[in-house]
Parts: sequence; C-alpha cells; structure tokens
Amino acid sequence: MSDIVAPRIVIVGASLAGVHAAQAIRRAGSDATITLIGDETDQPYDRPPLSKQYLAGEWDADKLALRPSKDPESLGVDWRLGTDAVGLDLDTRTVRTLSMADGADEIGFDGLVIATGARARRLPGTEGVTDLHVVRSKADSDRLRAAVDDRGGPIAVIGAGFIGGEVAATFRSQGHDVVMIEAADAPLTRVLDAEAGMLVAERHRAEGVDVRLGVGVEGFEIDDHGDHQHVRGVRLGDGSVVEARTVVVGIGAIPNTEWLGGSGLELDNGVRADSTCLAAPGVVVAGDVANWDHPRYGRSMRVEQWDNGVDQGGYAGRRLLADLAGEPAPEPFGPVPWFWSDQYDWKIQFAGVSGPTKETVHGDPAEGRFAQLYLDVDGAPCGVLAVNRPRHAIKGRQALTAGASVEEIRDTLA
Amino acid sequence: MKVVVDFDLCESNAVCMEIAPEVFEVRDDDFLYVLEENPGEALHDKVRDAADRCPKQAITLED
Repeated sequence: MSDIVAPRIVIVGASLAGVHAAQAIRRAGSDATITLIGDETDQPYDRPPLSKQYLAGEWDADKLALRPSKDPESLGVDWRLGTDAVGLDLDTRTVRTLSMADGADEIGFDGLVIATGARARRLPGTEGVTDLHVVRSKADSDRLRAAVDDRGGPIAVIGAGFIGGEVAATFRSQGHDVVMIEAADAPLTRVLDAEAGMLVAERHRAEGVDVRLGVGVEGFEIDDHGDHQHVRGVRLGDGSVVEARTVVVGIGAIPNTEWLGGSGLELDNGVRADSTCLAAPGVVVAGDVANWDHPRYGRSMRVEQWDNGVDQGGYAGRRLLADLAGEPAPEPFGPVPWFWSDQYDWKIQFAGVSGPTKETVHGDPAEGRFAQLYLDVDGAPCGVLAVNRPRHAIKGRQALTAGASVEEIRDTLA
Repeated sequence: MKVVVDFDLCESNAVCMEIAPEVFEVRDDDFLYVLEENPGEALHDKVRDAADRCPKQAITLED
C-alpha cells in the first residue's frame, strides 16, 4: 500500500460527533489528512452545560472545551473554523465553503464525514420579535444570560422538553419567576410518556414554576419604545396573557442539511444512511444530522443525544476508513440510545425507547428515586427510565443491549 | 496509565461502569469508586472509551 498516498478526509461539523470522528481516525493510526470544517469561530465545546452550569454562570467558557480538542494541535487536523459548508459535489468530490476570513473555497476529499448537527427550531412568524431566545450555541447561552441579567424575570419558557425544563430549572433555582408553556397535555410526551412527563411537571410546580399545559402560544405583547421594542408578555391560545420580559423557545431542532441540496444524497429528516452510517460511497454521517437504519429497531432513526454524538462520531470515522481501504464494513451501528437531563435535584436518565406500557421496577416515583421499565407493543422490554438512580439506568441499558427478558430486568433492577 | 476522577465534576452517571466495570463502580450510595487506579494495558482501550463517554468529562488519564 506504500504507493498509495494518504487519503484526504473532510469532516463537516466541528462539534461533538465531528471531533470524535477525527479522534477515531487518528486512534486507528490512519495517516489520512483531515480537514475539520466548523461554522462557529470558537474551538469545539460541549453543549449540555449551555442550559445548566454555563447558563447559571457557575462555569466559565474554559470548562466547556471538548476534551479531544482541548489541545487543538493534538488532533492532527487542518482546522477551518468560522467556515460554512455551502455545497457538496459528489462527482468532483469537493465541498464548497464560505468564510468571512477566506471567502469562497473548494476542498477536495476522498472520504467525507457529515456531522453538521441541528439548529434550534423557532416559532413560526416570530422573526423580528425582540427578547426571544433559543439555546443551542454558546453565543445563544451568552445572550440569554446577558438578557436575564439585564432585564430579569419573569421568564417564559415555551416548550417543556429537556432544554425547556433545564432552562426553567436553572432560572427558577436562581430565584426568577418562571412560567413554562407546553402545547401538549404533558411535558416530554415525544420522548417518554404522559405519566413520567407529569412527574417532571409536578417537580417544577413544587419549585414554584407556573406550568401551563395543553395550551399553545398565539403571539406576544410588545412594548414599543420608538427606537426599540421589548416583550411584555406571551399571549396564549386560551386568551390569557402571561407576563414575561424574556422568552426562551425550546421546541426541538431541525437537522442542518440545506447545504446538501442537489448533492444526490437522500435528505429526509436529516441525511439518510444505511445501518453502517454510510450515505454514499466514501460518505458517512454522524450525530444529530444522521438518519440511519437502526438495526436494533428495524427503522431509520435520528438521535439527538450527547452519548450518540460521541459513539456515532467514532463509529463513522472507523466506518469511513474501512470503506476507503476497501475493507469489510464493521458491524452495523445499533446501540441502545441513552441520555440524561438534570433539573433541580433530579437526575433523569433514559435508556432505549418509550413504549405503550410500563411498570415501576424499583423505588417510588412519589419519592423522586425510582426506575421504570417500558414494554413495546409485543410486551418486550424497550426502555428504562431512572430518576436519581444512575446505576439502574446503566444496568437497564446493559440489559436492553443484551436482549434480557422482562423477568431478568425486573430482577436486575429490583 | 493512571486514572484520575474529578469528583467535583462527577455526577455518577455510571457510564464508565458500563464500559469498564473492572475499573469503575457506582455503588448503591450513588458514589463512584475507582477500583483500579493503574489499570493494566489490556484495559487501556476500555478506560479511554470510558473517559470519552463520560458526560461530565470528569475522567482524566495520565501517562
């Protein structure tokens, strides 16, 4: 193989999945050249604290650095930060880029990792409304922190998902008045179930958050000061108006695939890929943007979770090396998903996927320390929810991975 | 390889225990115990993986 020059690998997306792809390629001993393209100008950072410790002002920016890139030189990549990928041509095998500093460029590749993540979904029709915030980037978190420091509460959080819940908990814990507004009848029904969602809602209410469920947002009350405007309140679907000086919108995320339009890749809720994360010859996907055929669940999935970013990033890097070397693909990528959320003194962890029925297998939900097992339509174990029981979450994940029976999981988690 | 855990960061998510139970154990008191501060070479890949997958990035490996 010595007559073959080192392959050129381009990684688009310099956050969790992209950085872990680069690390995996280096750890595999590859001599590939790696170009790592990221649209933000900051060195890669970790996002979970943006709605928690960093937003609270407890952590400074240094603490956010992603470990594999803490020493940017050590990764052995050509960094192209502050650079947008704006197009992909699979025939000429080039990525077109645009940056403030360097203008337009074209970067050729033999292998490509697509890890462009997702961006925060915004409320339709709210362009130009001031004092509306999302929390996705460090800059978003900085702006929100500054706005709350400047204008104080009340703070309205629209969407009672994990980001909304964490932001509400962070500000409520600092003594601000917080109202949380959710269109569904319970929080977290997209991920868990209504009963678990209501436990979380009640936890927020016990802290003094005004939780409004089953009601949508109609619009905003604006104070017009001539040269500038400020939000005064949020108008709800039931006709009521809740007072708010700062509004945080946490209603999900949209995969960043626009730059791939016309590339020939299949774009459907992210970038479609096979069970080994391969989207086309020499092209792999990882992280929030990846919609791959999940072998465990027999359907395509897109997983917006931290652990998946690390795991799938590494897998995609190795998968790409095998493809470039003409070697057999590794085993399909089929992990049991896992995530955590910290709200007040609750550590919520969930492994697997939700199902139509569930049972409490450990502890008591009323005491905020328990584990529950979800069963799928066939009555087989499919998910484990643990609150303030981290061992149970991880043991549950191991059992789900191993395909354990209901009885075995009951025993393990008792 | 020496395993160092920053216990100010660690929140006992127990991911490390899933990956390298020979080295990390979260007990019923919900605290993490490092069972092997200087794991043998056979465990190094697992321990590196555990450090990568720690959601709090609380595990550091020293040479």
